[in-house]
Amino acid sequence: MSELSVLDSRDLPELFAALQRHGFRVVGPTVRDGAIVYDELVSAADLPVGWSDEQEAAHYRLKRRDDDAVFAYAVGPHSWKRFLHPSSLTLWRARRTAAGVTIETPAEELPRLALFGVRSCDLHAIAVLDRVLLGGPFVDPYYAERRSRAFIVAVNCGHFSPSTCFCVSMGTGPKATFGFDLALTEVFEPGRHVFVVEVGTDEGAEVLRQVPHRAAEPWERAAADRVVETTAARMGRRLETAGLKEALYANLEHPRWDDVAQRCLTCGNCTMVCPTCFCFTVEDRTDLTGTVTERVRRLDVCFTTEFTYTAGKPLRQSARSRYRQWLTHKLGSWLDQFGVSGCVGCGRCITWCPVGIDITEEAAAIRSASELGERTR
Amino acid sequence: MREPTGAPPPGANPYIPVPFRVSGRRRETADTVTLRLRSPSGDGLPFEPGQFMMLYVFGVGEVPVSASGAPRRAGILEHTVRAVGPVTRRLVALRRGDWVGVRGPFGRGWPLALAEGFDVLIVAGGLGLAPLRSALLQILAQRDRYRQVTVLYGARSPADLLYRLDLSRWQQRPDLELRVTVDRADERWRGQIGVVPALIAQVERHFEPARTVALVCGPEVMMRFTVRELQKRGVPDDLIYLSLERNMKCALGLCGHCQFGPAFICKDGPVMPFSRLAPFSEIREL
Ligand SMILES: Cc1cc2nc3c(=O)[nH]c(=O)nc-3n(C[C@H](O)[C@H](O)[C@H](O)COP(=O)(O)OP(=O)(O)OC[C@H]3O[C@@H](n4cnc5c(N)ncnc54)[C@H](O)[C@@H]3O)c2cc1C
Ligand code: SF4
Ligand code: SF4
Ligand code: FES
Repeated sequence: MSELSVLDSRDLPELFAALQRHGFRVVGPTVRDGAIVYDELVSAADLPVGWSDEQEAAHYRLKRRDDDAVFAYAVGPHSWKRFLHPSSLTLWRARRTAAGVTIETPAEELPRLALFGVRSCDLHAIAVLDRVLLGGPFVDPYYAERRSRAFIVAVNCGHFSPSTCFCVSMGTGPKATFGFDLALTEVFEPGRHVFVVEVGTDEGAEVLRQVPHRAAEPWERAAADRVVETTAARMGRRLETAGLKEALYANLEHPRWDDVAQRCLTCGNCTMVCPTCFCFTVEDRTDLTGTVTERVRRLDVCFTTEFTYTAGKPLRQSARSRYRQWLTHKLGSWLDQFGVSGCVGCGRCITWCPVGIDITEEAAAIRSASELGERTR
Repeated sequence: MREPTGAPPPGANPYIPVPFRVSGRRRETADTVTLRLRSPSGDGLPFEPGQFMMLYVFGVGEVPVSASGAPRRAGILEHTVRAVGPVTRRLVALRRGDWVGVRGPFGRGWPLALAEGFDVLIVAGGLGLAPLRSALLQILAQRDRYRQVTVLYGARSPADLLYRLDLSRWQQRPDLELRVTVDRADERWRGQIGVVPALIAQVERHFEPARTVALVCGPEVMMRFTVRELQKRGVPDDLIYLSLERNMKCALGLCGHCQFGPAFICKDGPVMPFSRLAPFSEIREL
């Protein structure tokens, strides 16, 4: 295990200042419109200090705490793809000239972002996006640029959402084990409020050097371990992944797909909140003179009928086929395509589904009745 | 053997089209035109038959279109386009000298190396002949590498037949068996009437099923019936190759639109052996 340090909670603003001195724009959790969202943070005062949340299927509510815990919430409606794989992006601009057409990519310099407060499930989600967008044969240069410039401050989960989180069964949490520059564990006990800090990279070490800190005492290390152990032990919700892909492929005509299609509004909320849903569409926008045009990429939703518009009609017309595509992609075909599951167990799609459809429940229903499915084919 | 894939040039931004100019234009039917495109720089985008390009009309949009010409002609592309919507209508209306953006080539093409030493059975419906023309031109340029070569082609009506000059040339070749059929005849049509899969029964002595590679492209129903006819005669599933069509926004394996079960049709296809499609072929709306 690497050296652990301790940062007093009063010195958290120093960590912010150090990141900003390093040239990072800090983005992270903040309270807005009744939820904890990710946005640019000017200072540590923007963090959701003293806030917690309550999440269930189709339910999200902020709650005030009577302490000043910083990370006492579970993941909210935003994910880091907002910054790394933005919902709207200009790919290039083309100008018609006398000699032909010139095409250029947007020239503006991107800020270096420090992603502050990345949970383990979301580190895994970023690793999933890395495979999708950087794994080849074609590499997405827009993601590559943002990703390579990002600094990651991870947070080990002391607080989680018992009715929606299922990272333990997905092997994606609650402890950050890779992919961070710095990882914090908030140790909050009466009279003591510190962050135990693990350094993941040289750049992380360099930032930490500029912040008041000291070596962790044995009790602090033990307390930090206890934080994630307690979370792991209390996480009740799970998704059984062994053999799941095969069970899904064998049950593509299962009656449960009709059942869920009765409930699903095909609104696409689940894809928008999901930290790994990467699909996009492109749009060409031309100015009034017709000489300048740009191609804009927007994240897209597989729940629309336009998504599969081919040879004059949508291929997936029924809600059944569209929900099936989403779930079987996340939990099945993603493994064939990218060698990992497309689901990291963050639970966002459960919370933000307006009718409370639960991916773990649907998957379990398909699997448990899989013999019935075989017979009805 | 390795099937051809669209390998990206390192470092380049794969979203940016390369400039081409229309250097020739041949009207095929009322709504279909074959464009010849030339790269001003002279270096082309070398492709394999069965691969496709993303063709971009300035300010309008970009669509996937198969290469229909002979491969390996530096700097020259041929594409046969049917006007069906906003982008294809503009492509069909382009004139000599007009600018076109091109990205590609993309995807896996026809298994022409695998087919060496085999009988080749080409089955095309409608515009499906476009990518197969490219394959046939290459096969005919290296005719001695293949055993019997048979082409079955069906169009909706005589007026919908593509590549008339090619068809009459191919008709005369002794080393090629060509059968053409139409769904609906006109008063001048003296050829066959009926669907393409039905032609397979007529050419049975031109292929030995176990040693045949079948290349199939056309509407999905036509391909389904063709596969059945081929299977009935004992052509193995892994030697029946189909070219699939799906919505495509990137052709890079990144936008997610072209998924078919575990496959991305833009990179794992568009040409795929039926053996890989079979587990999913009976699933509707996949
Ligand atoms: C691998 C491959 C090879 C092909 N080869 C050829 C070929 O050789 N020759 C040929 O002619 N064609 C070919 N096609 C088909 C060709 O790509 C389509 O005909 C073409 O994309 C149609 O585009 P369009 O703009 O003209 O028409 P549309 O299909 O009307 O529109 C183009 C795009 O706009 C979107 N769109 C349309 N309507 C809507 C709506 N209401 N809301 C939202 N979005 C909408 C669709 O998603 C569609 O992708 C091929 C396709 C594939 C996948
Ligand atoms: S599918 Fe749902 S639980 Fe899984 S990663 Fe996406 S939003 Fe989170
Ligand atoms: S599962 Fe829920 S969130 Fe997803 S599309 Fe259906 S109704 Fe919307
Ligand atoms: S066309 Fe975008 S993934 Fe295949």
